[in-house]
Amino acid sequence: MASIPLNECCYRLNHLDKSWDIETYMANGGYEVWKKVLAGELTPQEIIDEVKASNIRGRGGAGFPTGLKWSFMNRYAPGPKYILCNSDEGEPGTFKDRDILRYNPHQLVEGMMIAGYVIGANTGYNYIRGEFWEPYKRFDQAVQQAYEAGLLGKNILGSGWDFDLYTHLGAGAYICGEETALIESIEGKKGQPRFKPPFPASFGLYGRPTTINNTETLASIPMILAKGGKWFADLGVPGAGGTKIFSVSGHVEKPGNYEIRMGTPFKDLLALAGGVWKGRKLKAVIPGGSSTAVLPAEKALEMNMDYDSIAKAGSFLGAGSVIIMDETTDMVKALDRLTWFYYEESCGQCTPCREGTGWMHRVVHRIYTGKGRPEDIDMLKDVSGKIMGRVICGLGDAAAIPVASFLEHFEHEFRHYIEHGCSIYDRA
Amino acid sequence: MIKIEINGQIVEAHEGDMLIDVADEAKIPIPRFCYHKKLSIAANCRMCLVEVEGAPKALPACATPVTDGMKVHTRSPKARAAQKAVMEFLLINHPLDCPICDQGGECELQDVAFEYGNDVGKYSEAKRVVPDHDVGPLIATDMTRCIHCTRCVRFGQEISGLMELGAVGRSEWMEITTYVGKSITSEISGNIIDLCPVGALTSKPFRFKARAWEMVAHPSIAAHDSLGSHIEVHTYQDKVMRVVPRDNEAINETWLSDRDRFAYEGINSQDRLTVPLAKSKGQWDEQEWEDALNQTVELLKPHLNNPDTVGVLVSPNATVEELYLLRKLLHAHGVKDIETRLRQIDFRLDEAAGKPVAPGLVNTLPEIEAMESVLLVGSNLRYEIPLLNLRVRKAQLEGARVRVLNVADYPFTFDLEDKVIADPQALVDTLKVLVRAAAELKGTEIPAGAEDAVVSEQHQAWAKDLVESGKATIMVGAMAQQSPLYADFVLWSARLADLTGATINVVPQSANEVGAYQVGAVPANGGNIDSMLASDKKAWIVVGIDPELDTVYGARLKQALDQADTVISLTAYDSEYLRSVSDIMLPIAVHTETAGTFVNATGDWQSFKIASAAPGDAKPLWKILRVLGNLLDMDGFDYVHADEVLEEAKAQTQSLGSVQGDLAIPARTCDKPVVLGEWSLYSVDPIVRRSEPLQKAAGAARPVVRSAIEADEIVLNTPAGPITLPNEYDESVAPGVVLVPMGLSETADVTLTDVSVAAS
Repeated sequence: MASIPLNECCYRLNHLDKSWDIETYMANGGYEVWKKVLAGELTPQEIIDEVKASNIRGRGGAGFPTGLKWSFMNRYAPGPKYILCNSDEGEPGTFKDRDILRYNPHQLVEGMMIAGYVIGANTGYNYIRGEFWEPYKRFDQAVQQAYEAGLLGKNILGSGWDFDLYTHLGAGAYICGEETALIESIEGKKGQPRFKPPFPASFGLYGRPTTINNTETLASIPMILAKGGKWFADLGVPGAGGTKIFSVSGHVEKPGNYEIRMGTPFKDLLALAGGVWKGRKLKAVIPGGSSTAVLPAEKALEMNMDYDSIAKAGSFLGAGSVIIMDETTDMVKALDRLTWFYYEESCGQCTPCREGTGWMHRVVHRIYTGKGRPEDIDMLKDVSGKIMGRVICGLGDAAAIPVASFLEHFEHEFRHYIEHGCSIYDRA
Repeated sequence: MIKIEINGQIVEAHEGDMLIDVADEAKIPIPRFCYHKKLSIAANCRMCLVEVEGAPKALPACATPVTDGMKVHTRSPKARAAQKAVMEFLLINHPLDCPICDQGGECELQDVAFEYGNDVGKYSEAKRVVPDHDVGPLIATDMTRCIHCTRCVRFGQEISGLMELGAVGRSEWMEITTYVGKSITSEISGNIIDLCPVGALTSKPFRFKARAWEMVAHPSIAAHDSLGSHIEVHTYQDKVMRVVPRDNEAINETWLSDRDRFAYEGINSQDRLTVPLAKSKGQWDEQEWEDALNQTVELLKPHLNNPDTVGVLVSPNATVEELYLLRKLLHAHGVKDIETRLRQIDFRLDEAAGKPVAPGLVNTLPEIEAMESVLLVGSNLRYEIPLLNLRVRKAQLEGARVRVLNVADYPFTFDLEDKVIADPQALVDTLKVLVRAAAELKGTEIPAGAEDAVVSEQHQAWAKDLVESGKATIMVGAMAQQSPLYADFVLWSARLADLTGATINVVPQSANEVGAYQVGAVPANGGNIDSMLASDKKAWIVVGIDPELDTVYGARLKQALDQADTVISLTAYDSEYLRSVSDIMLPIAVHTETAGTFVNATGDWQSFKIASAAPGDAKPLWKILRVLGNLLDMDGFDYVHADEVLEEAKAQTQSLGSVQGDLAIPARTCDKPVVLGEWSLYSVDPIVRRSEPLQKAAGAARPVVRSAIEADEIVLNTPAGPITLPNEYDESVAPGVVLVPMGLSETADVTLTDVSVAAS
């Protein structure tokens, strides 16, 4: 395997001692961009142009072009505006943002400062997943250090610009990763998505114009501006610039986060993670987090790790959460666990998701416990199809896609369970 | 206007209107549960999904704004598939217990399922079961039936202003519930029964009483406050089973107060008088009507020779027809002392004007809702007229500044801009200061009486806002009306209104209070209840009230009735007290049992027909009066129909004084501590007091005095001697004020013209 460049952007300091400390960050060029911005050397429009040139797409899963999102905000509209960072990293298989918060929090702080400046927001909130206590403390410490260094607060470095940054710890609900549910949660309400439109850019936190970006997206910004949009774009492929952190988990020898360039072949990523464990063969891959469609090995092994290539294979890059399944994996059991997750995490607001996630889980669970009925396969396809596209937010679709894709590629395993009451691997 | 196409039909609409409203207007049906025209859009039930050409997914009609040229299909295969899918999901966990559900027959889920549901459900797993909580005496819960549309939650947040219900939990376990262990206390809580599209929230008093399709719906008018809300009285075998609102944007919109909704239980109370009773030798005998009426005439006749010795006390909830006939019958014999103002103690305004000065709203309710500045003077509006309070709340939510002058810091359901909490005298003094501030602002002469007022910045801000708001009003409420300084409150409010350009609304309280003034059921001779009690009446006619509870004259009135030669009671209810003082008791019908008319606060004459049968031999009062007229050999008492009485009453309304700032009244001061009466939500009239569910509800009166005096008990002097009441120390009550709950047997002797605090 040719050597693969690693950790060129968000994780660039992770190998250093006390990489989370402001001294380490500043010794490595940290906050230089912020100082340039405050000095007026980079105008908001120049920043947006640079971000557009970088071809960075939102790292939270939806892949929306970041520069375009920022351009929706009218920086000069009167009244408060907000920049929010979505660190509610809750998708099963995803753990990339955690290591940004733990090991390079200042780069995220700087990214939020710049983003706030560009959209005209004097206040930012970083909403951190409820279970992330250690990352929460690391990030909050970074914020305090930035205040002490005079990089946050009122009239920063004499520029006349004010920016306050708050760290907000969630309370353990997956749905709060949905941007409007996150907004509701910050407002102190039950975390459930809002109907859109209006979008946050016009009616967001406290009804004010708001931009929400993922942790990895915002943490990439200082590097994009330091090295140029073109540098970042050239790291990736046409249509998707830069590096991307992939969280590799499951049946591999070395699970973990790998920041590699967009478009790296899946095979190479698998090799980086030490390959399938115990010398077994690859059976299936969920490439972008639990809500993306599962791919059988042969399709996965042909794809590259970028949006278009994964889409061509029949799934989605999502948040870059690669779940590896070896040849002994019981796909019925895997789906049983996934449907339980979505059943448990549906916010309960709209009908198809509230009622349908429980229905799907119960049927899958019945199959898994050997009580499946022949008509269950069609019923699962029917129920998942009835949820998709009929809900307020993405969670309903996220719950339905695994069911549809597992049945698409591994229906025979479900049939075996229904006929024999056990997995294809059980030799009863 | 733009044009859109729904199912091939061209429909005109305003750009940005929601699709569901446009379709409703064009009478194109779209199923829905969470959508409600008076509530915010939730778009959570997903039942209204329709196909919009060009949109990849089916869109919720409730949350999709229309754009020019939009092509919509509500019944295409794509739309139907979405609607049927949602219906299927809604039903999987619904218990389908329609045969034992009170909502059966008028259930939105049932109706929509009939069209969009499948014959057989595919769901064969265990269904969700949700435990119920007792949320109070008015609303029954069966939360297993809930479909999570959140209409009830949004009602609390957006309409009533008390968020007493909320959603807790996620996914299938999401539940609508009250805050841990709390019950629902809102004065308009019953509306969530109407809003609930399923049988999750139903009427507790009505539970299992009748099926929707067995009942007859009678349009009628509500009788327990001055708005005259439009209602439907639902009867089964001629008995009132329940009361629900009728839509009327000008009055009650689509809402109803709990008082007007649940008072009917008092109509069906066990203590209704069902047969005429006459007392002979200390014994009460049941009578035939003919005998009873003859005896009534015999009892009355001797006194008619001396008409000044006859006093008549009538409920301000009696109908126009009843009040008019009483006046016609008695005025013809020279009896002028007919009084409906049973809770007023200050009549200086009438004396100054030379005729009765009636309260009334000069603004319509939609106008009040559009106010930019509101000054409430002596009013606990939320408990006086709940739906008028909603209008002020709406104004406040739209940015109006609401300020109050009150004797206690009442909990309003909207934010107050500012407040002054003080005793009545201090409140009147504040009004004077505001008048001076307004005069200074306008550069006009400072009215006499306000010369000594010292204006602060606070007062300037209040006056300035009234002057500068295009739409401003001063509303004088029940506390002011029932205080010893009513005339001062009204006059200074009127002067302030004149100076600032604000309107003045003196809020009537009872169903036909305004009508009583108009048809002459207030003394035309300058008299009033106070002067009537001060004169030596030999005969009293008492109509439609519990005399010991419905006035603020307590022991004074009781003594007058005791000392009279004759007391004739026309009453819907039998009571020990009435038996103890009356010579004859004639059973009368209540408002649902007669045709009649109420004149509401804004002066609308609203007629209604008979909805339910009077119990036993009880008769409509207008018919009794008609026959009494005949028995007294009077002309013009040959009415066949109540409409004839109404026509005549309309043609003969009384000349009234109006609320004017230029009247001159004799000065009066009010010593501290001042004892004021407080009417709770559910103590205001005989029917309400007999409604068991309301008496168990949060708004029922408690026999406790409230004051900022640190004492366990307070002793009040009454004409019948001192009475001792428990005192609740309450810092929200102004210093120098003692609030006594009225309409309770415990405080029946309290006489507000003759009361003082003896000890605490």
